[in-house]
Amino acid sequence: MSVGRFLRSLRGLSLSGRIGLGLVLFWGVVALVGPMLAPHPVGAFVDRDVFGGYSSRFPLGSDYLGRDVLSRLLSGARYTVGLGASAAIAACMVGTGLALVAALGSRWTDELLSRFMDTLLSIPSKILALVLIAAFGSSLLLLMVIAAFTYVPGNYRIARALAVNLNQTDFVVAARARGERATHIALFEILPNMIHPLLADFGLRFVFIVLLLSALSFLGLGVQPPAADLGSLVRENISGIVEGAPAILMPALAIATLTVGVNLLIDALPRAGRR
Amino acid sequence: MAASPDAPNNGGRRLALMILGRIGASFVTLILVALVVFVISSLLPGDAAQEALGQSATAEQIAALRQEMGLDRPAYERFATWAWGMVGGDAGQSLVANMPVGDIISERLPNSLLLAALTTLVAVPLALGIGIASAMNRDGRLDRALNIVTLSMVALPEFLVATLAVLVFSVQLQWLPSIALVPEEAGVAELLKALAMPVAALAVVVMAQMARMTRAAIIDQLDRPYVEMAVLKGFSARRIIITHVLPNSVGPIFNAIALSLSYLLGGAIIVETIFNYPGLASLMVNAVTSRDMPLLQACAMIFCAVYLALMLIADVAAILANPRLRNQ
Repeated sequence: MSVGRFLRSLRGLSLSGRIGLGLVLFWGVVALVGPMLAPHPVGAFVDRDVFGGYSSRFPLGSDYLGRDVLSRLLSGARYTVGLGASAAIAACMVGTGLALVAALGSRWTDELLSRFMDTLLSIPSKILALVLIAAFGSSLLLLMVIAAFTYVPGNYRIARALAVNLNQTDFVVAARARGERATHIALFEILPNMIHPLLADFGLRFVFIVLLLSALSFLGLGVQPPAADLGSLVRENISGIVEGAPAILMPALAIATLTVGVNLLIDALPRAGRR
Repeated sequence: MAASPDAPNNGGRRLALMILGRIGASFVTLILVALVVFVISSLLPGDAAQEALGQSATAEQIAALRQEMGLDRPAYERFATWAWGMVGGDAGQSLVANMPVGDIISERLPNSLLLAALTTLVAVPLALGIGIASAMNRDGRLDRALNIVTLSMVALPEFLVATLAVLVFSVQLQWLPSIALVPEEAGVAELLKALAMPVAALAVVVMAQMARMTRAAIIDQLDRPYVEMAVLKGFSARRIIITHVLPNSVGPIFNAIALSLSYLLGGAIIVETIFNYPGLASLMVNAVTSRDMPLLQACAMIFCAVYLALMLIADVAAILANPRLRNQ
């Protein structure tokens, strides 16, 4: 996909697609440079008041210990976006890789892999993640691996369906007749043709993973203190709900704008590439 | 199959065989799922005996407890014992509460089922209504508005929905209690009041997906030639939807409903936690926190079994509703 074509497809975006793109870019930038913009140190107790409201010194108020919510939000976003993106990339790479192996490999490989993935798919994702966390614990790396593992089967199923279809096309038959090796066919003939639908799937996995990780952190099973992602921020400030403190609303809204943004963007992408 | 005098009977038998086949396949999947859950949760280096006794335990103490818990037997034997116990309703002993897992679960399960049933009653009709309405107005203003609403609802974290609900209805308006504790002798009105917010929050979460899938299923049918034929015959839009399109999209719609409902037991984790509702999902979270593996395994298996059962029901309903699927 050339840069020019990419820009042109952006110009054709609907209004909701543009809003989505804006939100995604916004959170991408926040994740990259956010912590540098934080007005106060992340862990510092700077407000005598707890659950303070909006003010010029603390634009988003203060949390249950009198820390600056904006600063904590900026650093929490990095965990949420970073973990979510790396887990989604890992899930899609493993899922698509295995799908290519299944589509081009022997019938037995395909049968075994697909059976295994179907089994994993019949375990609701949250339940699978909970069992994994109970067994292995929840360090940052483990959370990433667990989230990726949980969403591999979904990506595998979609990628396998695409790859099996492409495997029947004339250009792949021609490549095989030329005597190309299976890895070449997988990487240079089949993979480039499934990039579009896979990108949409990647976006969806990202949304699912962000929601899963935030939910886990909210339950106290995800990112462990002193590190805090957006879900942990909601959890630690839950007692502020009675006062309607910004400390609990803002992190929740932050997650919502991130996931809704990605969803709006995917939905507005050109349809032709999504089938 | 050769034509025979008892052809209709034959078709019935084939249908029964097909449904039996699906049941068998689900059963095999359930066993595989049990295997996955068991392997992940009990074949780990740091075992339950070590966990229960802590760092200061001597090697003999650990060995004794291991033997008592049966951890010294080979893995496949433990799996067989465990799975057989599950089938018989004996899920073992909770490590933390020190009482049978079955007792703990039977206390919580009715609560979860009640929450799920009420949410179903609210969410399914609403979701079908939204799906059908937006399909009938395809690409119209209503459809586009509903599309953005449902699309956003799919991506909302449950705790935002629940938090906003608490904020509006119990903090600002003070209409509803923020904790869904149902008193023992509560009347129906009190019960509904206590459960209104958890049900609403869950309904919001499951409705969106159901509505989107319903819309897609109906639109898929609207593009078929037979619908054009019906339009040309001059039938009203309502008649086309109700008598022509809906029966043909029962399969995917049932599937959408089953998928969303499967979410209600296990996915209620967040909602149960926020509202302090004593359901099965929050029990499972406690089991994870305290690493109470027998309890965790039992909860996980219940959720997986419910999921598979719902998928099976949707599958069979689709076969029964669509004669063409029977001949595949």
